[in-house]
Amino acid sequence: MDKSISIQSTEDYGINSAESLRLLRESLIAGEQTTGKVVSVCCGSGCMSSGSEHVRAAFVRGIKDQELEDEITVKKTGCHGFCERGPIVIVGPEKIFYQHVTKEDVPEIISETLIENRVVERLLYEDPVTGQKCFHENDIPFYQKQRRIVLKNCGIIDPTSIEDYIKVDGFQALAKILSQMTPEGVIEEIKLSGLRGRGGAGFPAGIKWETARNAPGEEKYIICNGDEGDPGAFMDRSVMEGDPYSVMEGMMIAGYAVGASQGIIYVRAEYPLAVHHLSTAIAQATDLGLLGHDIMGSGFNFEIKIVKGAGAFVCGEETALIASIEGRSGRPKPKPPFPAIQGLWGKPTVINNVETLANVSRIALNGGKWYSEIGTPTDKGTKIFSLVGKVQNVGLVEVEMGTTLREIIFDIGGGIPGGKRFKAVQTGGPSGGCIPEELLDLPVGYESLAKAGSIIGSGGMLVMDEDTCIVNIARYFLDFAQNESCGQCTPCRLGTKQMFKILRDITRGDGKPGDIEILLELSDAVKQASICGLGMTVPNPVISTIRYFRKEYEEHILERRCRALVCRSLIFYRIKPYRCKACMKCLEACPVGAIIGAKWQVHEIDQSKCIKCGTCMKVCPKRFNAVECVTGRIEGLGDKSE
Amino acid sequence: MIRVSSVSLNINGITVRADEGATILTAAQDAGIYIPTLCYCPDVSSIGVCRLCLVRIKGQRRLEPACRTPVEEGIVVVTDDPEIERLRRVILELILSDHDFNCLLCPKSGQCRLQELVNRIGLNEHRFNRLEHVAKDLPIDTSNPFFDFNPNKCVQCTICVRTCHEIVGNDAIDMAYRSYDLRVSTFANKLLKDSACVSCGECMERCPVGALVPKKTEYPTREVKTTCSYCGVGCGLYLGVRGNTIVKARGDDESPVNKGNLCVRGRFGYNFVNSPDRLSLPLMRAYDEYAQPSSVVKVTEEGRPVTLPLVKREGKFVEINWDQAIKYVASSLAHYKGDEIAAISSARCTNEENYLFQKFTRAVLKTNNIDHCARL
Ligand SMILES: Cc1cc2nc3c(=O)[nH]c(=O)nc-3n(C[C@H](O)[C@H](O)[C@H](O)COP(=O)(O)O)c2cc1C
Ligand code: SF4
Ligand code: SF4
Ligand code: SF4
Ligand code: SF4
Ligand code: SF4
Ligand code: FES
Ligand code: FES
Repeated sequence: MDKSISIQSTEDYGINSAESLRLLRESLIAGEQTTGKVVSVCCGSGCMSSGSEHVRAAFVRGIKDQELEDEITVKKTGCHGFCERGPIVIVGPEKIFYQHVTKEDVPEIISETLIENRVVERLLYEDPVTGQKCFHENDIPFYQKQRRIVLKNCGIIDPTSIEDYIKVDGFQALAKILSQMTPEGVIEEIKLSGLRGRGGAGFPAGIKWETARNAPGEEKYIICNGDEGDPGAFMDRSVMEGDPYSVMEGMMIAGYAVGASQGIIYVRAEYPLAVHHLSTAIAQATDLGLLGHDIMGSGFNFEIKIVKGAGAFVCGEETALIASIEGRSGRPKPKPPFPAIQGLWGKPTVINNVETLANVSRIALNGGKWYSEIGTPTDKGTKIFSLVGKVQNVGLVEVEMGTTLREIIFDIGGGIPGGKRFKAVQTGGPSGGCIPEELLDLPVGYESLAKAGSIIGSGGMLVMDEDTCIVNIARYFLDFAQNESCGQCTPCRLGTKQMFKILRDITRGDGKPGDIEILLELSDAVKQASICGLGMTVPNPVISTIRYFRKEYEEHILERRCRALVCRSLIFYRIKPYRCKACMKCLEACPVGAIIGAKWQVHEIDQSKCIKCGTCMKVCPKRFNAVECVTGRIEGLGDKSE
Repeated sequence: MIRVSSVSLNINGITVRADEGATILTAAQDAGIYIPTLCYCPDVSSIGVCRLCLVRIKGQRRLEPACRTPVEEGIVVVTDDPEIERLRRVILELILSDHDFNCLLCPKSGQCRLQELVNRIGLNEHRFNRLEHVAKDLPIDTSNPFFDFNPNKCVQCTICVRTCHEIVGNDAIDMAYRSYDLRVSTFANKLLKDSACVSCGECMERCPVGALVPKKTEYPTREVKTTCSYCGVGCGLYLGVRGNTIVKARGDDESPVNKGNLCVRGRFGYNFVNSPDRLSLPLMRAYDEYAQPSSVVKVTEEGRPVTLPLVKREGKFVEINWDQAIKYVASSLAHYKGDEIAAISSARCTNEENYLFQKFTRAVLKTNNIDHCARL
């Protein structure tokens, strides 16, 4: 590498060598406030929607009013993963964790914590099991079993300040590889680390890079896939919003390894904050000379552009994503050719997921061996899951591979709320399968979940309790699939449609004997005969629920019974005559006037009018408990199929 | 000549030789092995979307579409086993569940690929009957003067789209929307008549089902090989004749000029031949002194008028014969010399006729003022 070719960007701040990066970092750290009084207000999308912007403004105002600006810094950070408890505020130097902070709480935090060094107890998180108040993030069970590698800067740095990123250890990995490693050496490290793609398919990243490196062609591309179309998933969003620099650094390292000088980040347009933070990061890095020509004097050139996607689920599929960037309609193309050989504009292209790329700088800095020791012998590193559904602690969790589902759902997630019983967990988003209670001790990993009929996918984790109807869940996912199919191949376009219709029939009590077999045959055809990963995987929710909960399907079809009391066509509300005290509460509350009765006259529900809203059951006084909800073929209650 | 090297592969236990670059489908077809196809069309590139031609290649995890998988030396292919058959049946049932099938009234019946597939593959009736018949009820586009588009019979094979793009280069249609709503559409979903469509009918010609059908379907009893009389390109075509009437035209695949393709005139513009409005005699205006009404003879041959010139007398055209007509033209031309006169010939004439005409203009009329309507 010719260091004598100097660059233009050596303004007072520019970085033109690994050494100048080190100097800048040192001066930034030295310039930090000595009081350590920092108020970090989470300004991720979750907390913003619960009003963190106002909280931040209140801090700024309050601190200004008291003329404390020189002592106390207010900074905004990205997501902590615990959005459900937002807005979240961390108050330094002790890093006290406050949850559900409103702007009304701000004066108290300033006077109590920041000035008097006292904790505002009522804003602390309380462990629902032990009742203990938690002072710090690490005291909260939600965080204790997590291992944050990808998310290590999220919630710590200000995602719009490149200086903040440099202060932690930003661009150290880049400096290291540019000054000490060959591109082949970088690929070896990534291979050694065992990093696999986090976007769904789990393809080994090192091999993908190597293929693209060896593919003939001068021009190559690195694409970061930030489409994140799975309903309920927000891990990639949080990373892009909370730590855009790590994604960028990962892309640059990939570019160096592959021999690409252009990077493209494909973000869905519904993620405006991510777009904003990423473009800010790119502009700052360009100003500093960290992007552009001859980066750090190494001769390596790299630039990054952002492309906003219109947000179809299938546009996350790599070939559809490329088509979308090229301005064509987002429909997948058959592989081969693989993008690593013939991708964007026909040039070798590495497409990696946001989370995959965010891992890269950690690996480059600490070595592939370090990473390969995290996780299990077969699955390396960590994975972020978005834990949602019937679980106490909804949020983003990053755990080591090999952590069991039970640990994630019960130790981190705090178990099922309301004393209900766990029923199943759906992993991997709409392409994943449902895993039953018997398999809760399954360690998460690519193969282990595949064996159980599911996938890690992009990391969706939907917890279901006993009040969830499994057939209804399958119907829900197939509804998603049939709408999101690009429609070009017959089995996926029409198969998902028919599967959805059969599932809908079953939930409406119109299932027919033999439907389960037909569902399985259709699933098999869609899986085997479809072109892209969408068709190949969307039957998974159906197949896995039939595999583990076939009985429930049969109950729906043969007995007209929905044990979770969810499928409206299969349930009935009725009043137990011997318990009804004719209080008229339900009669008054029923929105459709379906209840017949009067004072001194036992009430009765007119099934032909009842819309099964459940209001009567809710209003019937506990001590009478006269309304019940029943399911199955019950004499005297409407049975459509007679 | 470029020599294409050939490879040897095994299909259903038979060793087959095929040119390098051939697909498994064409290799199998050459060896007489049937593989069902719907979205395959030999004239355009293959995209492999119908998934009916899936075959098993030994050592590969997934089934691959024969229509777009190239042959490779030594591969072992199975085109048919119980599992493939079951998949094909499911796919076919799915297509039919979305199809407005009404074969008795469908102009395509008898030549329909879907019918052929049902005959070849068969259905599992129990399963098929359980599927919901979800055929769409979209409006039929009858705006084009020559053909109709019935989206309810469309199987989304995209052959028409590929044809318009790859063969015609017109891109009048594309696949629009997604999932179940995927359909062939013009830009902004306009009627065909208001779109960029030039009515060449190439798409209609290739549609495997009754979705794109000519407005008029009459079946010819014989075909006559000829050359299109519309323009100097000289596309080879076959005119389908029924009785003494032309009822259909199709491009001649063997013709080096058009390789089977036609434009709107060649394909649909044959009506004039049998038109009652067609001039059958030369016409002449009545006030002309050269008109010799007395000499007009009406010649008929088996009751049909033999082509004769006509003159217009006192506001009417009167028939004259060819000799009279030519004599009249010749004597009129004699009044002019050299650059006083200009000649324009027609694109509907053959090259030979146009050649003669320019020769006549230059050598006899002695002017270079000769042009051609196709330049306008
Ligand atoms: C229907 C479908 C949707 C997908 N959506 C995404 C997505 O939103 N984000 C993503 O990173 N990968 C998505 N993928 C996976 C990509 O095709 C591709 O495998 C991935 O971006 C490669 O990156 P990785 O190797 O780092 O995982 C999707 C795949 C399919 C089949
Ligand atoms: S499997 Fe579905 S989404 Fe994928 S190409 Fe086929 S129709 Fe499109
Ligand atoms: S379930 Fe709703 S509609 Fe039915 S009786 Fe009760 S309150 Fe009325
Ligand atoms: S397109 Fe084919 S299958 Fe459909 S109605 Fe016409 S002939 Fe029958
Ligand atoms: S008639 Fe010709 S121009 Fe019109 S859509 Fe068909 S192929 Fe395209
Ligand atoms: S109109 Fe015909 S050729 Fe075009 S997609 Fe439909 S079935 Fe295929
Ligand atoms: S956005 Fe604040 S914790 Fe997620
Ligand atoms: S003919 Fe091969 S996929 Fe349609």
